Amino acid sequence: MAKIKIPPVLRASVGGEREVNASGENVGEILRDLADSHPATADQLFSSDGELNRYVNVYLNDEDVRVLEGLDTAVGDGDTVVILPAMAGGR
Amino acid sequence: MSPSSADLLRQVKSEIDEVDPAEVKELLQEGVVIVDVRETEELSSGLLPGARHVPRSYLETRIEGIEPDRSAHIILYCASGNRSAYGARTLREDLGYEHVESMTGGITLWKDRGYEVDVPRTLTPEQRDRYSRHLLIPEIGAGGQQKLLDAKVLLLGAGGLGSPTALYLAAAGVGTLGIVDDDTVDLSNLQRQVIHSTQRVGIPKVDSAEETIHGLNPDVNVVKYPVRIDASNIMEIISGYDVIVDGVDNFPTRYLLNDATVRLKIPVVSASILGFDGQLSVFKPYEGPCYRCLFREPPPAELAPSCGANGVLGVLPGTMGLLQATEVVKLILEIGDPAIGRLLLYDALAATLSEVKVHRDPDCPICSRPPDEISDEEMGVFPDYEAFCAAAG
Repeated sequence: MAKIKIPPVLRASVGGEREVNASGENVGEILRDLADSHPATADQLFSSDGELNRYVNVYLNDEDVRVLEGLDTAVGDGDTVVILPAMAGGR
Repeated sequence: MSPSSADLLRQVKSEIDEVDPAEVKELLQEGVVIVDVRETEELSSGLLPGARHVPRSYLETRIEGIEPDRSAHIILYCASGNRSAYGARTLREDLGYEHVESMTGGITLWKDRGYEVDVPRTLTPEQRDRYSRHLLIPEIGAGGQQKLLDAKVLLLGAGGLGSPTALYLAAAGVGTLGIVDDDTVDLSNLQRQVIHSTQRVGIPKVDSAEETIHGLNPDVNVVKYPVRIDASNIMEIISGYDVIVDGVDNFPTRYLLNDATVRLKIPVVSASILGFDGQLSVFKPYEGPCYRCLFREPPPAELAPSCGANGVLGVLPGTMGLLQATEVVKLILEIGDPAIGRLLLYDALAATLSEVKVHRDPDCPICSRPPDEISDEEMGVFPDYEAFCAAAG
């Protein structure tokens, strides 16, 4: 069980929550569990071939999973997965 | 019988080592520590090149901040060589500096010989008063304040983020503030854009910002760009600035700015805000990642809340803008650890500030290559802005 931090643009897809829990052994399973529980997030996280969308950054705690093992990065109890799409608001 | 002043001076000079200006001139290139012990008001006519300044009355308390090594070669000078003689004796006898000399004849003889001096740019009495709280911080001081006064910072946007940033950078004495904004002040801006005012609704934001800045600090030179930045004007506008503050409200301009600043090697302090959330990072080209290393691709338009109006807590751009201003000042002063390679995440509702690491992407389409290989055609490559936002509905 890991905690996922939900960015503002995805909160509507998870009932307005800022953090949700999800199960899985690795980042991919955790995000799949999120997508299963909240189907509206699926298209925003994954491309049609099942890969993480390039515009979504995912971090395990404070590290970018792309420099770890990507979706195969192991997730332990108490870890936090951060989903982070770019934001551009400034005004 | 007590010695006269002249006796004491002779006595002191007999106990220390003196060095002729001609020899000091030769030693300038060799890393010798040269300390001017005159009072601050005597410095206006110049110092020896590379000399540090510690008034005689502070010599004992401040010399270790300049040179803690007791075996270092230190040369003191004053106006004529007397105060520096007393100082040399104190450093040797009381503080144990082993290789201290006093320059014969002081800077008067140095100048009589026609040797070069550095004439310092000193702060005016009013500036010393205005910036006195900076002058009291060792990391800033008069030298740091001069760096701020010499600095040129460009603000992209005089909106939510640009308002607080501009106010505090102006107050801090950043000498030149460029402001790019083609908008006019609207009543709906005033919930957060604190550089503007109710009386100035309808006037160009660059003019409104200039008025506030000059009211706060007339030292600041405001350069106004009432235009929308695009590929045709960005290189001309940003060239010559030391730091750029990115507070723009759309992805195309952020990517364009990134590509242009990598090409010109100008650091960008970037922040973005949405709702109760803020992000901040410093992109210093070739020392850390760039914006494209962090976000290789923009999100699709329907997931990009950057088009049109979005809600934001009025205080939030204040918080994020001031974090930006702090990073700008650090970059100018070259102090501390700027947020390079880190993305700071501020969650106002949770009252947390966390961060994630940002790595340089070895395959980055822009910053993995030398700046002169980035062509005009490649800059800001991005879906058409109008089409991008039209797709968002």
